Amino acid sequence: MVSCLMKKRTAGKAVFLFVLSVMFFPAFLNTGFSASFSPAAAYAGTDAVSPVAHEETYTHPPAPKLKAQDYPIVMGINSRVFVWMAAQLHLWFAAFVLAVPIFVFIIEAVGMATKDERYDKMAYEFIKVSLTAYSVTALIGGLLAFSLFVFYPDLMRYMTRLFGQTMLLYALLFFAESATLYIYYYGWHAMERGFSKWAHLTIGLLLNAVGTTLMFLANAWVTFMMSPSGVDAGGVFDGNIWHVIHNHLWNPINLHRFVANIAFGGSIVGAYAAYRFLSARSDSDRAHYDWMGYTANLIAISALLPLPFAGYWLTAEIYAYSQQMGITLMGGAFAWLFITQAVIIGALFLSANYYLWCGMERSPGAYRYTKYIKYIAAVIVVCFLVWFTPHTLILKPWELKALGGQYHPFLGPLGIMPAKNTAVNIMLIFTFLSFLLYRRANKIAVVSWAPLGRAAQAAVFAGAILNIVFLGVYYGYFTNTVYKVASSVPQVASTLTVIAACMVIDFFMFKGAKDVGELRWGGIPQRSQYALFLLAVSFTWLMGLMGFIRSSIRQHWHVYSVMRDASVNAYTLTIASAAKTVSAAAIIFMAMVIFIFWLSALSSKKQDKPLPLGSDAKNPKEGGGIR
Amino acid sequence: MKKPDGANPAKLLWFVVIVFIAYVIFKSPGWFMNKPIPGSLIMMYMFFAVVAALLVMTSTDESTQGLFAPIKALVEDPSKKIIRNAVFVIAPIVGALITYNQIKPGFDAPVELRATHPAPPTIMKAYDKTFNLATLENPFRKLQTENPEKFKEAVKEGGAVYFKNCFFCHGDKLDGKGHFAQGFNPLPLPFQGKDTIAQLQESFVFWRISTGGPGLPKEATPWLSAMPVWHTFLSEDEVWKAILFIYDYTDNAPRSWVSANSKKDG
Repeated sequence: MVSCLMKKRTAGKAVFLFVLSVMFFPAFLNTGFSASFSPAAAYAGTDAVSPVAHEETYTHPPAPKLKAQDYPIVMGINSRVFVWMAAQLHLWFAAFVLAVPIFVFIIEAVGMATKDERYDKMAYEFIKVSLTAYSVTALIGGLLAFSLFVFYPDLMRYMTRLFGQTMLLYALLFFAESATLYIYYYGWHAMERGFSKWAHLTIGLLLNAVGTTLMFLANAWVTFMMSPSGVDAGGVFDGNIWHVIHNHLWNPINLHRFVANIAFGGSIVGAYAAYRFLSARSDSDRAHYDWMGYTANLIAISALLPLPFAGYWLTAEIYAYSQQMGITLMGGAFAWLFITQAVIIGALFLSANYYLWCGMERSPGAYRYTKYIKYIAAVIVVCFLVWFTPHTLILKPWELKALGGQYHPFLGPLGIMPAKNTAVNIMLIFTFLSFLLYRRANKIAVVSWAPLGRAAQAAVFAGAILNIVFLGVYYGYFTNTVYKVASSVPQVASTLTVIAACMVIDFFMFKGAKDVGELRWGGIPQRSQYALFLLAVSFTWLMGLMGFIRSSIRQHWHVYSVMRDASVNAYTLTIASAAKTVSAAAIIFMAMVIFIFWLSALSSKKQDKPLPLGSDAKNPKEGGGIR
Repeated sequence: MKKPDGANPAKLLWFVVIVFIAYVIFKSPGWFMNKPIPGSLIMMYMFFAVVAALLVMTSTDESTQGLFAPIKALVEDPSKKIIRNAVFVIAPIVGALITYNQIKPGFDAPVELRATHPAPPTIMKAYDKTFNLATLENPFRKLQTENPEKFKEAVKEGGAVYFKNCFFCHGDKLDGKGHFAQGFNPLPLPFQGKDTIAQLQESFVFWRISTGGPGLPKEATPWLSAMPVWHTFLSEDEVWKAILFIYDYTDNAPRSWVSANSKKDG
């Protein structure tokens, strides 16, 4: 009877909270509103400190100590999985809608600078896809907020107390984001020329500034739960909001998410272009979507290049913050999920390269370079194998006996970070080489110093690779952690130097270059488009998997070492369970994205006017039905 | 575009040869040096070797045509009826044999995915004290810079502790091959190499030695480790000195975030 009553009360509370979160979400997040909750209610189940004492003693109460009964059960729903799904879907869509305006702004600016209207048209089409996804993002965001408040009320009350000011700001910025996005999109054609175009571009800049700030605010909440600051060991707030925002992992995750969002956004619009390319009926459409796919892939790869470094920084900071979280992440329970992650990253590199190799089919002069593809592929595959070789192996008993231990004498050294860093840097350099060859496939340099320029590029490549290998081997295996971790910086610098130096040389070397023939946009083989799909699916899956790992290394803590998760779901999932849940979420996301693609394509279709009576229906002047 | 070797049916043969070479390379450490690459890893390696070979060979239209032309001809060409029928019989049989070998029941113990370096707890209890592993440091480590002579002495004492207690399992070369090693599963861990204790902070090693197998966390299943709970046999100082010794002997330095605690050359 009592449990029945409790369930009814919980269901009633759920409905109440849903209405609140949908209608008054910003206000609900406000500190002022949360203050109207009784602190005693917040600390129901706290056995260590009297709730009354909190009100009397503390300006800022400590984190509540919860019991399993403090977590509402609503209709038998698994709260952890529900919140996980909502959070993951929201994150994917949010990443997409925050990233697209960034490169749309850049493409629009390029279009303005070059006065080439094709850029403008493409940028508009990109933002159109993003706009369709925007409402879905907001809806799922509402669902996430609602589910968090329903399933984890005490956690959210504690977080709201700390972050109330930022949550209010978040809500206001969300309105600003919506307003600027709609003006940016709907004003596109109204502000196409002259000063209006500058004004339009400025709105784009504002849109991105607001969007990025929104993400940084949300990152503060997430990273506070991993590396709390501005509170004492009991979770008592020191009263300075900047202290809780500027926690140990805030900046590393800000950078990582910013770069990753662009790569992810690029891959999704690349999939959109592939979808439109494969369904195109005319050569002009095929050419347009081929170009769009190429640009999207370029955006994704450009952001993918620095991404491993941002990820490495984040991981190093997690390790530096907590040995426990660091080992859980890479040496303990999640080590094999990291191997899965490495495999997916390898798939990303292979598909990005494959798209570039196939793209050479557009160029009549590509035959001069296709012979190098197999060597590039060989290097990338060798690096890839090093990249995902695990340190702790899955061994059959006879293998264990033959090896005499868990570590392989030859593969063991490949299982640690210096080998991985070396491999990924070389993989990046050779991916860049694929791009470089693609760029020059249809050009013949006419400057007199072209042989010297090529020699200089070869020297930069060779020097950087030697440097990366030396740094990886010497500092990685013959010095200790401080130098080992630090050596990753010059490794990255070597890779970036190759990219910057070779692009500069290329720019001058191919200035006024002769074309071998006409570039055949639309001439790329259809199979290449599946590489774009694979790129998008891999990014999606990767984000889901890494999101789970990042969040779960807190293990049984809501707020690491401050507020314990006492719910019945506070356990670490098996690798298979985690992979299945992430995969299910990825499938739901991809299905929704396909629907969005279809919607975007639908908006550009037009039904023909009905034929006049007596006209020849079999031979209409304009085709019948929907085009 | 220059006419390349697209229509060349030898492409398919090349593909088979490349895949075969990759397989031989991956198997050779096991065949020639008795240090097999585990089957689970070979499967992953081979998957990506095959995928990469396919990607390279389908990167141009001509090459794709060359690769698939023999297969197309086998399926469509009426003159290849006998070969086609033979392939259609042999291929499923080979597939069935591989599947059978993969799934047939055996007498081997099942493979175990073991977390060799499980995450340490935030705090641990030993010697009637509570240690915070996030801040715990080896009290003798500072001697390395402050008083090298005393440090050497501590290392020597640690060596004595090691050879009286640890070497039976972890070996006189600290390579995990002590006299009793083969009697255990999991095998005692080696300390040699740059991929073992160099990865760990000294507080982690202290936790593992002090609490032994019974102190392993849940994730380190199946909890079969025979490592004794050393805090019941050794003093706190003896454990710290033994740690100094194993790092010193293997020319490793513990994981540290402070430059002052680091020695650049190993």
